[in-house]
Amino acid sequence: MRKSLDKAHPGYRLLCLLLLVLLAIFFIFPLFWIISGSFKSAIEINSTQPTLLPKAFTTLNYEKLFAQPAWLWLLNTVIMAVAAMLITCISASMAGYVLAKKHFFGRKLLFSLFVAAMALPKQVILIPLLREMAFFKLHDNLWAIILPTAAWPFGVFLMKQFSEGIPGEMIEAARIDGASEFKIFSTIVLPILKPGIGALAIFTFIASWNDYFLQLIMINSTKKLTISLGIAKLQAEQSTDFGLIMAGAALAALPIITVFLLFQKYFTQGVTVGAVKG
Amino acid sequence: MKKLVAPILAGLMIFSAACAKEKPATPSTDAPSTQTETETPESEESKTDKSEEKTSAADTSEAKESETDKSEAKDSEKSEEKESKTEKPEESSKSEEKSEEKSEEKAEAKSEEVEAAEITLWTHPIGAWKDAETVDGFIAKFNEKYPDIKVKVEYLDYQSGDDQVTAAIEAGTTPDLIMEGPERLVSNWGAKGKMVDLKDLWTEEATKDIEATSSAVVNACRWTDGAFYEYPLCMTTHTMAINKELFEKADALKYIDEKTRTWTSEDFEKALKALKEAKVDQSLIVYCGGQGGDQGTRALASNLYGAKFSNAEHSAWTMNSPEGVKAIKKLVEWDKAGLISHDAGIQAADELQLFANGTVAMTLCWNASNEANYASQVEFTPYPVAFPTDQAQPELCGGIWGFGIFDSKDEAKIAAAKKFIQFVSDDEKQGPESIKATGFFPVRKSFGNVYAGTEDEARMATFATFMPFIGDYYNVTPGWAEQRTAWWNMLQQVFGGEDVQKALDKYVEDASAK
Amino acid sequence: MSQSRPLQSRVLRRRETVTSYLFLLPSLLLFITFVLAPMCLALVTSFFNHTMQSFEFVGFANYRELFTDPIFLRSLRNTAVIVVVAVPTVTAFSLWVASAIYQMHPVSRSFFRIVFYLPVVTGTVAVTVVWKWIFNQYYGLLNSSLKSVGAIDQNISWLGDARYALACIILILFTTSIGQPIVLYVAGLGNVDRSLIEAAEVDGATRSQVFWKIKWPSLLPTTIYILVITTINSFQCFALIQLLTSGGPNYSTSTVMYYIYYQVFKLYRYGYANAMGVILAIIIALFSALQFKLARSADAA
Repeated sequence: MRKSLDKAHPGYRLLCLLLLVLLAIFFIFPLFWIISGSFKSAIEINSTQPTLLPKAFTTLNYEKLFAQPAWLWLLNTVIMAVAAMLITCISASMAGYVLAKKHFFGRKLLFSLFVAAMALPKQVILIPLLREMAFFKLHDNLWAIILPTAAWPFGVFLMKQFSEGIPGEMIEAARIDGASEFKIFSTIVLPILKPGIGALAIFTFIASWNDYFLQLIMINSTKKLTISLGIAKLQAEQSTDFGLIMAGAALAALPIITVFLLFQKYFTQGVTVGAVKG
Repeated sequence: MKKLVAPILAGLMIFSAACAKEKPATPSTDAPSTQTETETPESEESKTDKSEEKTSAADTSEAKESETDKSEAKDSEKSEEKESKTEKPEESSKSEEKSEEKSEEKAEAKSEEVEAAEITLWTHPIGAWKDAETVDGFIAKFNEKYPDIKVKVEYLDYQSGDDQVTAAIEAGTTPDLIMEGPERLVSNWGAKGKMVDLKDLWTEEATKDIEATSSAVVNACRWTDGAFYEYPLCMTTHTMAINKELFEKADALKYIDEKTRTWTSEDFEKALKALKEAKVDQSLIVYCGGQGGDQGTRALASNLYGAKFSNAEHSAWTMNSPEGVKAIKKLVEWDKAGLISHDAGIQAADELQLFANGTVAMTLCWNASNEANYASQVEFTPYPVAFPTDQAQPELCGGIWGFGIFDSKDEAKIAAAKKFIQFVSDDEKQGPESIKATGFFPVRKSFGNVYAGTEDEARMATFATFMPFIGDYYNVTPGWAEQRTAWWNMLQQVFGGEDVQKALDKYVEDASAK
Repeated sequence: MSQSRPLQSRVLRRRETVTSYLFLLPSLLLFITFVLAPMCLALVTSFFNHTMQSFEFVGFANYRELFTDPIFLRSLRNTAVIVVVAVPTVTAFSLWVASAIYQMHPVSRSFFRIVFYLPVVTGTVAVTVVWKWIFNQYYGLLNSSLKSVGAIDQNISWLGDARYALACIILILFTTSIGQPIVLYVAGLGNVDRSLIEAAEVDGATRSQVFWKIKWPSLLPTTIYILVITTINSFQCFALIQLLTSGGPNYSTSTVMYYIYYQVFKLYRYGYANAMGVILAIIIALFSALQFKLARSADAA
């Protein structure tokens, strides 16, 4: 491992490192700016001479934020993201597995359909989707976000890619031993897919967290807002209170960063198995 | 194998079904409006007693008289409701009953019947109507009078409010009541057949009272088909404001007639030059990053040389007239000369913030409510002034806010919503309170000066001086929504160097497309 | 299965089909209800003059109008610019970062991986508002820092100037798209057969030879996947534009996705918007198919 590294010119390595650190600063900066801004007073934020750290540290923005039902927004978002994540992981791993490992009538067609649908811009199906949600009486309900998110074919596609890596012999051997299909799935397939599912979980969690537009049109009630909608709402027409918005942004970002840090291990492992199998 | 898979799938479905069932029970979801809306028609009707049918749409004027006595009404209402649960009136016989009921009501004018209903109100951020505390207070007072009407409130913002209403219209989950201005209530949703005609709220007395303030208000609330889709509560004029200290420093205050708070287009140009000489960085920004607060830029453009946005009949857009072209050309010329600037990256909210910071010397988006909002932030004197014009007097854009009712086809809800509107807008005690919360002026002459004796009196008196300048409410011209998006795009084009006449022609064409 | 026992194989196959569909059931149910059905509806309505009030069949009129609508064509061009700029830069850049960090100590590798993923996990709306503030003409950080180092002497309206707005959008899109490819590439590089690399090095291969002859082929599937995902994401760039520029100035940042939204939610022309969506979907599908095809042929070679 070290060998190829040693061969690189030390000057080149140093340059790379320098560049990386600079880039890292650039990538961390927005988050830093959010947090720093959330503690600044309105005067400081609107000053033409921006300061890196708040000169006069204030928690007023957070007080204003929590005068809104911000915790509820956060809770809604977590419920929504976790539910979407669970449903996606369960349904997509089952579907991905059979699409990759079973030979059945209509397999090719189905898979092409899933992949083709990935190309579809969501905006196009918004109005029909709205009607459907109205029909199911789910409009203005978190399920109206959860279900379309879980239905999005990306998860199936990903899990199919992951499942390609399951050795066919293992499945065959278990079958000869008389194991039922479900047993094969739960005892052989799932453990192998576990890292992949971890990756899918994070992807879905993040995607549903970030799907601002679906949330916007499906939710009306202040009590059911997600945190993204909440922040967008804080930008009123007659004033732009960046301090307050930054406080909201910080509140929105911290939980998801925490989730990411916690699941990082699964995440990177999972991706290892999956993506290399094109 | 099948045997094992099937139960899991079944389990999965049961799980999701269970989750779905859970939702109405959880308090945070507070009974999805979709469900209640569709369930109520039957259940509500079944409560209605045949002989004593409740007050409904057609006879609210009589109902109003009887509103005075509420304590008795409450009691009788409740007892009736219990008795009447079993009977189901036929839809077809309803109209007959109404006429019967009228005479009955006159006989015992004291009791006032309101069917129990749960209605939803969506408000736009109009003064304190964006604060739950204020609105909840109003609802509590309303419930003292009508304990059986439950009002649920949601607060929209201008950023995403339109999209949410559109989504709700398509999903059939619109609120019963919505608080906004005629540009949405009348010329958008009303024109598209989504609203209830409120003609019964516009009683002779109310119409006269409102007309006494301004007939423009009455016209604005009435669509071309003659239906009233808004019942107005309050109004204001949108003005400009200048940073008085900056103007004094630049010796530009002399160009404003301080008595009437007006200035001519010529003097305005002189003031711009004076500001530039005094090294004021930003004197005025023509914001065009979106439609937020676009009435400001439109008022500037129309007033300069007396251009009209629409014809008198509100049937065509006319800003591509010579006066309109001249005004826009002037703005481009000033922009090139560095007297003003344009910014396609900001909207009114940002411009107001810049004004409040003292970065820009004028704002195009001022009114009584904004002055109150920014009072704590500004460290100078914001001085409201009319838009400059070469005409005899300026024509200011009005804001007319009030209520509209979405047509839910549910008579009980519509009747309840009307009760709410009447209580909030017409009640002698509540009306002025509702208006004070908006920070604007009453549309009803009879309310007089609602700010008399309050700390806002002096400030509001200033803005009252602009009221005679209220101009034609062209917002009700068909194509209003299209016009709005075309407007800021047009500004971006002309400041980007496009031919003014061509851009304005395109703007008019886009606005009148449908 | 064995061909000598066709009957049994057919039975087996049927059983396999049944079980497969049972496994697929939850996914299919969701997919059909919430993707396929609305998709078909959208396709159908694209042939209608469908607005808030009307619904009448107009045949291909919506499609014909599309190709004479200058704003649609402009949006299409902007979308193409975003894709053409963003996809290669994201792919190349993430490959570079990944190869620079994958040999590092696990801790610093983790650190960089997290750092580059931060804009993704911070949330689109949060990232967008902070950039809006940074780009603000009057009190934004960018102008004040550029001014203080003397790079500019007049404040620039970054998002309000047609010359810069699209570039700003692409920059933000870039920061929010880079995280996943880096993670994928780091993983992919870790999977390259070490013995091959070592053998090549013994034979005196240069670094670039090792990269192109050994690492690159095994990274190809990852690359294809990244290309497809990034292409789809770039085509569908929307929230950034809606929150930052509303497609302006003068439609210079309007993308097809944004224009669809604009037609639906500002002008209520659902049928017309759906026609646009159908065209966009076809374009994206063609792109993805092409990329897959390239991948297959490269794989075979």
